[in-house]
Amino acid sequence: MTTLPIDNPIDELSDDPRQRAPLVLNHHEFGTVTAEILRANEAKKPPMAWYIAFVISFSLMSSLGLLVGYLVVTGVGVWGNNNPVMWGFPIVNFVFWVGIGHAGTLISAILFLFRQKWRTSINRFAEAMTIFAVICAGLFPGIHIGRVWLAYWLFPIPNQMDLWPQFRSPLLWDVFAVGTYFTVSLLFWYVGMIPDLATLRDRATNQVKAIAYGFFALGWRGSMRHWHRYERAYLLLAALATPLVLSVHSVVSFDFAVSQLPGWHTTIFPPYFVAGAIFSGFAMVLSLAIPARELWGLKNFITMRHIENMCKVVLLTGSMVGYAYGMEFFMAWYSGEVYESFAFINRAFGQYAWAYWIMVSCNVICPQLFWFKAVRRNVWVIFIITLFVNLGMWFERFVITVTSLANDFLPSSWGWFQPTWVDVMTFVGSFGLFMTLFLLFIRFLPVLAIAEIKGVMPEADPHAHHGHDGEADA
Amino acid sequence: MGRYHFIFPRWSNLLLPAAVVAGMTAPLYVAFMVAFGFSPKSTDVGYQPVQPIPFSHAVHAGELGIDCRYCHNTVEVAAHAAIPPTQTCMNCHTQIHPESKLLEPLFHSYETGRPVEWVRIHDLPDYTYFNHSAHVMRGVSCVECHGRIDTMERVWQEHTLSMGWCLECHRNPAPHVRNPDLVTQLEWGWDMDAAERIAEGDRWLEINDLHPSQDCTTCHR
Repeated sequence: MTTLPIDNPIDELSDDPRQRAPLVLNHHEFGTVTAEILRANEAKKPPMAWYIAFVISFSLMSSLGLLVGYLVVTGVGVWGNNNPVMWGFPIVNFVFWVGIGHAGTLISAILFLFRQKWRTSINRFAEAMTIFAVICAGLFPGIHIGRVWLAYWLFPIPNQMDLWPQFRSPLLWDVFAVGTYFTVSLLFWYVGMIPDLATLRDRATNQVKAIAYGFFALGWRGSMRHWHRYERAYLLLAALATPLVLSVHSVVSFDFAVSQLPGWHTTIFPPYFVAGAIFSGFAMVLSLAIPARELWGLKNFITMRHIENMCKVVLLTGSMVGYAYGMEFFMAWYSGEVYESFAFINRAFGQYAWAYWIMVSCNVICPQLFWFKAVRRNVWVIFIITLFVNLGMWFERFVITVTSLANDFLPSSWGWFQPTWVDVMTFVGSFGLFMTLFLLFIRFLPVLAIAEIKGVMPEADPHAHHGHDGEADA
Repeated sequence: MGRYHFIFPRWSNLLLPAAVVAGMTAPLYVAFMVAFGFSPKSTDVGYQPVQPIPFSHAVHAGELGIDCRYCHNTVEVAAHAAIPPTQTCMNCHTQIHPESKLLEPLFHSYETGRPVEWVRIHDLPDYTYFNHSAHVMRGVSCVECHGRIDTMERVWQEHTLSMGWCLECHRNPAPHVRNPDLVTQLEWGWDMDAAERIAEGDRWLEINDLHPSQDCTTCHR
């Protein structure tokens, strides 16, 4: 194989197939990588934009807390949920947030097992995003049950009533699926962070930080034995997490597919939901990564090549989602089922047609722009498209949940769902919770996987300077 | 390297044995919690309040053999088993022990028309709809829930009356049903062995075509 120059710090978007684009720009030493990534953590004060974002997020989170309190004290009547649409915003929001939480594990686990080295720059905060999204998701079924103080009935705990949750119900499977997903994601995130926490500990500038990071670094010294065990553990956790990427949203889709409502009772739901989840997850990663790399000065690590790769994933999964929308219509017609056909015609042309067409425009049409290289390389356009995708994916869940419930078999029982201000503000408030956690994360924890990034630099390859097979196979 | 160095202090080595000890005591904790949960303190079993009149079921229902339904006369037709009015007592007590000091509250009630304030023992939650007639008329004896009232000097609560306890019988009724004519014969069946008793229960399940419901709405409406 021809030897190519390994130093190509400028052209991060090289399309020369003989040479992979470098994953880290403008760095030739490990020390400068650490310093640059941790600069924002170790700065005395974060940038002004961080404070502004934090004040806004924290206020929204507080309003979420107040509204949940209002709900608990008053009852679920404060929401728009009512016969026949018993699953209003809470379930829409639950599915929306769980979906967002899918990119993290996909990036960390599946891309890890497939040796996709470009994942190293984005996996840490994608995992963090996953965990915070699942926290937001877990909130909604918890408060949707009405009597919040009995939320422990969701779990199969032996009790004097001799009463168990309905094991045949996908709602219970959900409890297990989301619970497992959260636990494994949290472990994966934390285990991966241990070497970087030790770095923060060793560079700490005061006693409090040294003890706090030191406690969570679990006495990491970076010995050969530590690394050996760490890498084993990480690999095992990746293997454990991989099936979860597919299983969790499949189970969430069962909430709908197992019931017998037209528009819900279809076998396409699990793959369609998983594709949608990865679609929305990557869109959210992009929405967060683009401003974060700008403000946190991470452009050398989250390069345009990374952004472009993620755009391609969004394009692929968006097309899969679009295919699923089309296939749903085809099956509705092909089945000859009058109720099924009605459900879909009603979605596109009925009382919620506006929501349906918002969904189609945002999810199917919007990402098709990523076919164009110029679009994939313009961060502003990407940022706007990903915001539209997030909007569209929320509307997808709204369309599925509300249209099928509002217009089922019997016209006499049809209804119209009207959210209340509490519904809307609770949803907006969940963004406050999400962003508050995320902002705390980028301020206090290593936002990129420092140790892993060093591993994908050409300098990590012992043969790098020998002039043969020039680069670490990035 | 920063200026501050952190290593775990020596005492943190104790965490491992502490975790082991905690792990080993966990079963004890569980056992304690379960025992506490089932103990009469938590379940009301054995609740035996002092009544305004030391009325003895052992004397009336046991020795004298008065049928339960003489006093609790609504039990075959209503959800509620009536507590008898003072007048029911006075059917006999105008003649029997008319001067008794112990019966003073009864006579007082009879004169003033103010009921005797008996203390309720068997108390289900308000969201539970229990129907006495539905059970009694299908051959579930008083004794199945209340125990041997005919031997109790002062009545206590015999069973937990918890939902799990109700369901135990609704899921497996055979050991608890009998000939509906014998529901107030509390001593009936005590001399049978288990197999015999179940066979008898099965027979009456079939005769009366009994299928106890386990729907939520049966009891929670």
